[in-house]
Amino acid sequence: METDQLIRTIAADNTQRAQPVGFVLMLALLAAAPISLLMFFTELGVRPDVMTAMHNPFFGLKFAVTLALAASAIAVSLHLSRPEASLRGFGWWLLVPAGLLVAGISGEMMMPQRAPMMTRLVGNNSRACLISIPLLSLPLLAAALFGLRHGAPARPAAAGAIAGLLAAGLAATLYASHCADDSPLFVATWYTIGTTLVAAIGALIGSKVLRY
Amino acid sequence: MREREDEWTGLMRSAISGDSTAYHRLLKAITPVLRAAARRGLARAGQPIDQSEDIVQDILLAVHSKRHTWDVNAPFAPWLFAIARNKLIDALRRRGKRVFVNIDDFAEILPGEAQEEKASASEIAAHLNALPARQREVLQSIAVDSASIKDTAAKFSMSEGAVRVALHRGLANLTAKLRES
Repeated sequence: METDQLIRTIAADNTQRAQPVGFVLMLALLAAAPISLLMFFTELGVRPDVMTAMHNPFFGLKFAVTLALAASAIAVSLHLSRPEASLRGFGWWLLVPAGLLVAGISGEMMMPQRAPMMTRLVGNNSRACLISIPLLSLPLLAAALFGLRHGAPARPAAAGAIAGLLAAGLAATLYASHCADDSPLFVATWYTIGTTLVAAIGALIGSKVLRY
Repeated sequence: MREREDEWTGLMRSAISGDSTAYHRLLKAITPVLRAAARRGLARAGQPIDQSEDIVQDILLAVHSKRHTWDVNAPFAPWLFAIARNKLIDALRRRGKRVFVNIDDFAEILPGEAQEEKASASEIAAHLNALPARQREVLQSIAVDSASIKDTAAKFSMSEGAVRVALHRGLANLTAKLRES
């Protein structure tokens, strides 16, 4: 086909409008959320002592960290969904959840503790945490990748990794309400390992499916 | 150079707000620049430059299908060159060559460096034949016979809306097929 002919054809198609990437991403996440919620409520469920746990500021901190991770990953992934975008200048957003975690650890260090540091770090649920966060993430990761596919990411693997952080942040928010380990040391160790795993899966799949 | 890029940005803004004539002018204006860049990239990779038109058409389809990722408040040229660079690297990689494509290559190109009246490529034509009949007929009517949407609708006794849908799906299918190949 001649290029002039193609140009004429493309110009004739100008009436069709695509939705913004953010809109498609949100719809996809909303569609996937019930699957993760169903997995959560059938297999895990909210911890029974949740009413008492709410008085513990470190229980609340878990949600601050995981939601901050999800929110900053959404912002970064939307930025990365554009062809001319680079991580430079935008990657700082991801330090927000890390900073909250560091503040939490320092806060806990300054308080008198009943359990020694290693006991708090190892906790009782490390295995459940390592398995649950990636599994709960999977539907959300698929949704995030679907949404970002609607964009044109310059760096597919990086965008896929951020999609993994996004999914893990949301999945960890669910898991945090089940897990009885509230120490920021536990969160910094096991949640981080689980999240890194999801980010790696996201990078791997993203490098294939996010090319445009 | 600056003036040219400002003009592109203005045309793209009009195009996004529904002005198809502006869109057509913009695509015509960027094509020689894309063509020169594609030739330069192929030459640098030691590839025959007669394949440049496939790359140009690939870039044009990507610009079209991803134009919702352009921020109307940002300049158009960096967005365009990022897509062009991505597609050029992709095309060279598919031909088994690893090359470094500098984004400044695009900005430096002077208009008129690679003018060609009837530049033709084979890749899209091959995929065109694999499209569902209705989409292919509509695409050919508009592309080859340069019929309007209205004339095409009359010719195939379809509604104009159905022609638009077939055209849109046909282009989307072509874009997807190019990505898979």
